[in-house]
Amino acid sequence: MTAVAEVVSPEKPKSITSGLDPRFKPRLYEHVGQNNSWTLEYALRHGAYEGAKKALAGTPESVQDEVKKAGLRGRGGAGFPTGVKWSFMPKEDGKPHYLVCNADESEPGTYKDRYLMEADPHQLLEGMLIGMHAIRANVGYIYIRGEYILGANRLNAAIAEARAAGILGENALGFGKSMEVHVHRGAGAYICGEETALMNSLEGLRANPRLKPPFPAQAGIFGMPSTVNNVVSIASAALIMRHGADWFSSMGTEKSKGNFLFHISGPIKRPGVYELPLGTTYREIIYTWGGGPTEPIKAFNPGGSSTPMLPFTDEILDMQADYENCAAKGTFLGTGGIILIPQNCDIVNMMYNYVRFYGHESCGKCTPCREGIGTWMNRIFQKLISGKGDPNDVKILEDLFGNIKGKSFCLLADSCIMPVQSAMKLFRDEFEYIAQHGKPMYTGYGNRWKDE
Amino acid sequence: MSFFANKQALVAEILSRYPVGRERSAVMPLLREVQNAEGFVSDARVAEIAAIIKSTPTEVKSVMSFYSTYSSSPTGKYHLQVCMTLSCALAGSDQMWDYLCETLDIGVGDVTSDGLFSVQKVECLGSCGTAPLMQVSDSGYYECLTKKRLNALLADFKARGDGSMPESDTRAPVFVQKNGDVVTQITAEGAIL
Repeated sequence: MTAVAEVVSPEKPKSITSGLDPRFKPRLYEHVGQNNSWTLEYALRHGAYEGAKKALAGTPESVQDEVKKAGLRGRGGAGFPTGVKWSFMPKEDGKPHYLVCNADESEPGTYKDRYLMEADPHQLLEGMLIGMHAIRANVGYIYIRGEYILGANRLNAAIAEARAAGILGENALGFGKSMEVHVHRGAGAYICGEETALMNSLEGLRANPRLKPPFPAQAGIFGMPSTVNNVVSIASAALIMRHGADWFSSMGTEKSKGNFLFHISGPIKRPGVYELPLGTTYREIIYTWGGGPTEPIKAFNPGGSSTPMLPFTDEILDMQADYENCAAKGTFLGTGGIILIPQNCDIVNMMYNYVRFYGHESCGKCTPCREGIGTWMNRIFQKLISGKGDPNDVKILEDLFGNIKGKSFCLLADSCIMPVQSAMKLFRDEFEYIAQHGKPMYTGYGNRWKDE
Repeated sequence: MSFFANKQALVAEILSRYPVGRERSAVMPLLREVQNAEGFVSDARVAEIAAIIKSTPTEVKSVMSFYSTYSSSPTGKYHLQVCMTLSCALAGSDQMWDYLCETLDIGVGDVTSDGLFSVQKVECLGSCGTAPLMQVSDSGYYECLTKKRLNALLADFKARGDGSMPESDTRAPVFVQKNGDVVTQITAEGAIL
């Protein structure tokens, strides 16, 4: 498939779809790496809370409309339009509403939220104020994964500064409305990134996902209407209110608008977070910004471990990264966390790493996930890797895919099956080889630690 | 002896983050306080927390056992948590883990005889650009660990011997896109390299 052609009307300038476009300027990460960027003094010097003032001066609906107009879609991986999500919240129901920021960044390959929270906590707080206004909430929680200690400390310091300055508190920004934000630290559980599991965790329960409906907008945390948004979605809302919906929608492709945090791990010359417009090609992301792989690559996960792998071909590299193109290739844009899969590493060993991860992180509520991934798939992979496999194991694995996928409460089980299934589709020969010969086709997985 | 008896202001502050009648939400921050101060959460502390949040020790334990960063048995002053997920594995975390266990002569659940070290395998720490890495206790990340860097770090911890952490050089830089076509290396401490 070739890249989706831009829809260009004569009076409208061409959409920005490359980080090399002179009109493009990083905004989400603009202050990452600047000295003292996390302080209120620095943030105010650079226009922080101007977007929140604009938002609070208007109605909740006007904020929802601006974010809808911008075309912002959820940056946690699912890509649901943020403004639409906010509009699901009830209006005059007399109940307290809550905004929850999902900062439980635990998707393997994903590390975009971390530096944003550490370096620019006020951008996130500004987005929180905007989101809370949009959904008529007076209290917001930032659920940050427990391991992000510096991030939590910086956020708490930023909240204290913002309270002292009257940005948060009884009369937030002088608009006569009480607005409070609290940080809630997680304690190491991938499943807390699932919004209903996160809500249980925040309520002091085991983080098992809840059945939907009721959806969070009807009955979320503490049984009250709630909305859960990713860190970057909320920070993007701050930027949209500061710079306008037109600024945001000037970037990206027809249905995938705005700037996006692509980030790369695995054998890459410059691992890092690259803020680029949606519609940037994978070639530009990986080669121009990431500096190119440091060894031959056979595939990559485009947006975290849960997104099905794409082959590392010219056709895919020249594809514009956006929600639609990824979907057309049977995968997802996801979190934007690209994981490069080296040619000389055995796919079965690498997929066992994923299976072990999901097995460990299964909350244990649903049998197909707990037993299917945690026990069955783990054991079959262990059998294959230890050289005791037989050709029938590949068939058993395939049978398991069908019996696990779509059979659980939440998407954790599917998130395990999808990449493993994609790997088997792309590299079936490697699965069959190890099953038949008792040793992997490629042996580069074993010894990769550097002495210096 | 009670842990929270002389920390009433802290307990009140933690409870104030949640709606009245929703004390149960405080279970995680309270567990964290004990874990960090004592290196693990004993049954006596579980009972104390249960009383504060108006729940039962069984319920507190059920929450505690769900997460990987609370421990019911003592840990070392430096609790080394090595990320094992794919991006780290592709940077050698499996070999690093083996080396760590051999060097310290311990396995999961053990503490070195001097009480300094314990080890734990953990899943993705969300710092895939600076693999391989480990988290030490409830302190920061130690990133881009080569064998040389890990050895130096272990020597530093041993020399300190008190659970304190080195002030700098704990975090490795990653790259970010800056204005124009310049790629800049940054540290979260704020320095541009």
